Amino acid sequence: MEMGLTIIKRIELAKEGNRRELGKLLSLIESGVKLPINNSNSWVLGVTGPPGVGKSTLIGVMVEEWVNRGEKVAVLAVDPSSPRSGGALLADRMRMSSADSSESVFVRSLATRNHPGGLIPFLDRMINLLGLCGWSRIIIETVGGGQSEIRIVAFADRVMLVDGPDRGDIVQAEKAGIIELADLVVINKSDLPNAQNAANSIKTSFDYSNNSDKLVILTSALNKTGISELIDVVEMLEIDNERNSLRIKERLLSAWDFLLLSNPALNDILLDLESGRINLDEALNRL
Amino acid sequence: MSMRIVIAKPGLDGHDRGAKVIARALRDAGHEVIYTGLRRKPSEIVRVVMDEDAVAVGLSTLSGAHNVLIPKVCEELIANGMSDVIVFAGGIIPESDREYLYSLGVRAIFGPGTQTSSIIEFLETISKRKGSDLEVGVGDNPGWRWD
Repeated sequence: MEMGLTIIKRIELAKEGNRRELGKLLSLIESGVKLPINNSNSWVLGVTGPPGVGKSTLIGVMVEEWVNRGEKVAVLAVDPSSPRSGGALLADRMRMSSADSSESVFVRSLATRNHPGGLIPFLDRMINLLGLCGWSRIIIETVGGGQSEIRIVAFADRVMLVDGPDRGDIVQAEKAGIIELADLVVINKSDLPNAQNAANSIKTSFDYSNNSDKLVILTSALNKTGISELIDVVEMLEIDNERNSLRIKERLLSAWDFLLLSNPALNDILLDLESGRINLDEALNRL
Repeated sequence: MSMRIVIAKPGLDGHDRGAKVIARALRDAGHEVIYTGLRRKPSEIVRVVMDEDAVAVGLSTLSGAHNVLIPKVCEELIANGMSDVIVFAGGIIPESDREYLYSLGVRAIFGPGTQTSSIIEFLETISKRKGSDLEVGVGDNPGWRWD
């Protein structure tokens, strides 16, 4: 049966549009298998932002707009794994209405599997595979991030930060972190009061820091307003080459974290640390 | 053994407390659960199982339309080359309807009052059966069921 298919054959089938094989190949990548693929030209947008601002819903309507424009859109939606059980409840796709029916949309839910930075280290291999299979727009939705999670720049050359109204005063907009790295900021839920104020705060902050060309866009994923304009802006984004060194650093860190977590001695070292037999420096030495 | 499992709500049924409780219990047992949300067509559920490469799909229905919706999901899974996917069901499914659903390859039906621990046990059992190549997928011989 299909078990007998070689990986090469599976990749061929996936390239021809076989979603079942694409799904299986993504599982293989997730389990650590390295596929023989040579492609690094995928178009990737990373979407990040705090929990509850409407990232999934916004991506859902953006996907519809892209499909109307003739694109094939793949979404990799990341949700957290439980640090206790290792399980995960992956529910991003339920907010993306076109995800389950359109031929031009592919959504895959991923659990963080407790990788530091909230992104699994094999994300780039998934992106390469999706690009190879003809998915012309690839969106990565991160777990609802805080302010300092910047690992997304390791995998996406365009980064969009989504925020909402009433999430703090002007000082929040002045803080450092992902907001400095984002290529554009979207204030979603523009149907609610104070959305314009939030957008103004961020815009003012950008103006002070010589980032006045950075755009702040208002959308309402609920009412589907501002979406077409948003897609126009995203399509026009220029890749920020100054971020390249940061991207390489984050990739290295991601790979390093993975090596650390897959070290066979890790469990013993953790037990020794817990019982006080060794201290942190000794643990580092043993690793 | 951690599995990827889709929990789905087929048809026009707006009650998903049960589905959410199951999703939560499976999460706590270490599984990765993809929840579809309400009011999905059988074809959409099959699509989710395919794209997410899920091992099993749990169908929760309380609307009385189980004899239409569940067979459709089973048929479409088989027609799309996913005979190996394990189908189980829950919700309000009268005893008199169950034999028919089992005959289509549904491996377990959990009604009101089910302990979540027995669903976890069921999943452990199907995982073992799958590992030993015993019939358990929706397209395999429907002889075996969970009681």
